[in-house]
Amino acid sequence: MSSKAAISLQDVCRNYRMGETLIRAVDGVSLEIPAGQFVALLGSSGSGKSSLLNLIAGLDRTSSGTVTVQNQDLAALSRESLAKHRLKTVGMVFQSFNLISSMNLLENVELPLRFAEVERAKREGMARQSLERVGLGARLKHRPSELSGGEQQRASLARALINQPRILLADEPTGNLDSRTGTEIMSLIGEFNESLGMTIVMVTHERGIAERYARRMVFLADGKVVGDQVNSGAAK
Amino acid sequence: MKFYDVTELAFRNLRESLLRNSLTTVGISVGVASLVAMLSLGVGLQQLAGRKLEKSGLFDTVIVTSRRDLRGYEHDQERNGPSPAESPVLDEAARLKMEQLPGVKEAYPDIRFVTELRYDDKPHLTMVAGLPESAKSNDAFDGMQGNFFTSNDAHQAIILKSFAEELQGRTPKRGEPEPAVAEVAKPLLGKTMILRYAQRAPGQASPTAKPNDVLSAMDAYSVVSKELTVTIIGVTDLNPDSMRGQAGARVYLPLDLAESLHVLQTSDLRNVASDTAGTPTYSTVSVRVTSASKVPQVEAAVKKLGFNTFSITDATKSVRQFFAVLDLFLGIFGSLALAVASIGIVNTLVMAILERRREIGIMKAIGASDSDVKGLFFAEAGAMGVLGGLLGVALGWTIGQLINLGTNVYMRRHDFPPEKVWLVPWWLVGGAILFSILVSLLSGLYPASRAARLDPVQALRYE
Repeated sequence: MSSKAAISLQDVCRNYRMGETLIRAVDGVSLEIPAGQFVALLGSSGSGKSSLLNLIAGLDRTSSGTVTVQNQDLAALSRESLAKHRLKTVGMVFQSFNLISSMNLLENVELPLRFAEVERAKREGMARQSLERVGLGARLKHRPSELSGGEQQRASLARALINQPRILLADEPTGNLDSRTGTEIMSLIGEFNESLGMTIVMVTHERGIAERYARRMVFLADGKVVGDQVNSGAAK
Repeated sequence: MKFYDVTELAFRNLRESLLRNSLTTVGISVGVASLVAMLSLGVGLQQLAGRKLEKSGLFDTVIVTSRRDLRGYEHDQERNGPSPAESPVLDEAARLKMEQLPGVKEAYPDIRFVTELRYDDKPHLTMVAGLPESAKSNDAFDGMQGNFFTSNDAHQAIILKSFAEELQGRTPKRGEPEPAVAEVAKPLLGKTMILRYAQRAPGQASPTAKPNDVLSAMDAYSVVSKELTVTIIGVTDLNPDSMRGQAGARVYLPLDLAESLHVLQTSDLRNVASDTAGTPTYSTVSVRVTSASKVPQVEAAVKKLGFNTFSITDATKSVRQFFAVLDLFLGIFGSLALAVASIGIVNTLVMAILERRREIGIMKAIGASDSDVKGLFFAEAGAMGVLGGLLGVALGWTIGQLINLGTNVYMRRHDFPPEKVWLVPWWLVGGAILFSILVSLLSGLYPASRAARLDPVQALRYE
């Protein structure tokens, strides 16, 4: 494993048991993702791309193999340390935005700061700044239901970045958006990759988006890597 | 997560499902209220009984008799102590010695004699007793008509209702309603009675006595018939002398007055032949103790002086035991409602987990640890406990006040003085709130750990 790799996967398997049958969601994947790289995981439904992302995020544990993120073997971490990993090392955005509906945008973005025990006085300023960066400075007190899909996804990006993680994990970030809004979100993600040097792993089934923004495309089918190519045509 | 963040989030979550959480909180408060209501009833009754017992003067009094006198109440005392002939005399010096003992409020001689009283020129034979000033606080005088003695040697008398009826020649017939004290007392208050008694006056030695006779001039006394006019100042229904039952007096004089009469006592006659005839002795001395708990200690000290004693402390012990058992049972019944309420908390929180499954998943995905989630649900249970406890204590207190009010209306209607049967002490207020929080936290234990164990991947998939 290269010490420069932000994420390193060694023969990773994740099996689920459904009654009598064993489902191999991730089946022997080995992958190295250097720091600052924008990688797209592509594949059809059930190819194991989201499962792989969950393993990197520390939301799930491998059945075998090792996942190393920022030189930390996730299998060796306790439940509490794994929560710290999700809090500090990686930021996540989801297809369905996953904002808490009873909280306004400011409170939603502030939430990870509460878990990180950041002082109350500093929190609001940080959350406000993060929301302004994604262009939502005017919607701080709005609840998610009062916003468009694109705005919700931007708020979710602001929340993912609030603790300044080095890695952004995006699970179908444009899946619920129209193409124009999707492009806006992808531009923002691309910008974080460029300006902040963040490592980005994005799951998508839209090849067009991957070709336009990702520097590397990893193809998955039945839990296995079936293709891994550099995309030189990505937007700068 | 910091404590104030957990608390803030918990309260905001409680506000989100306002109706359900309010109903659960009301459930807890009803439980706490029933606990407070039951226990404060127990405490109130206990204190009421304590007050009554204390006021009756039964439990803080030690009756002292001389061993030389008639045999005491307990034969053990005679067997263990010095022989009657060697034991001290119960006189003024002995009384003063008893008054000096630690824990003793006062020691007064028991002066009582049977004598004739003339009212309206008709003679009435009855027992007359001296009453110390401290007896003023006695329960028997709560509903008294008229007043207590103006001074300790005033020529005044307090009489029992039964004697007042006798003076007026109106003995209630069987089956007829008893007349009210006020009605009986009205024609008598301020009227005078003539008390006839035999006085023990210092006398002359018999002229035939030889110089070496045992009976000297000092020891001899004469008996003189005397009269005293006293004003009836009070009529009471309840007997302050209830401890003596049938032997109780029906007419009371101020103690100093009764003592100054030097009425011939039965013990005087007996002592004529003994060598102590020179100084007047008392047949009984009543020793009042500062608190009922000090009775055994004072009793022991008096026994050491060489006298026989009698008290009814054992009765207070069994009364206390009765209330301890009563409190226990009232507490158990009160807690039952709280136990039912705690099931309500478990139900509410488990429902909240199902409802907020996705929210828990999101929180975990963005970095919440198991302990953060657990703390949040725990705090929600605790917050319901605090609110339910406060509300419950307020509710319990209000119920208590209403019952006090109702009881007193009832008591007044039955001609009893108002009483506080319901008492909410501060320890109960604090204890009930703490207990409510504790029960709520215990109820939150299972839902909280279930929420913490939730698999975030599964929870996020849940729509």
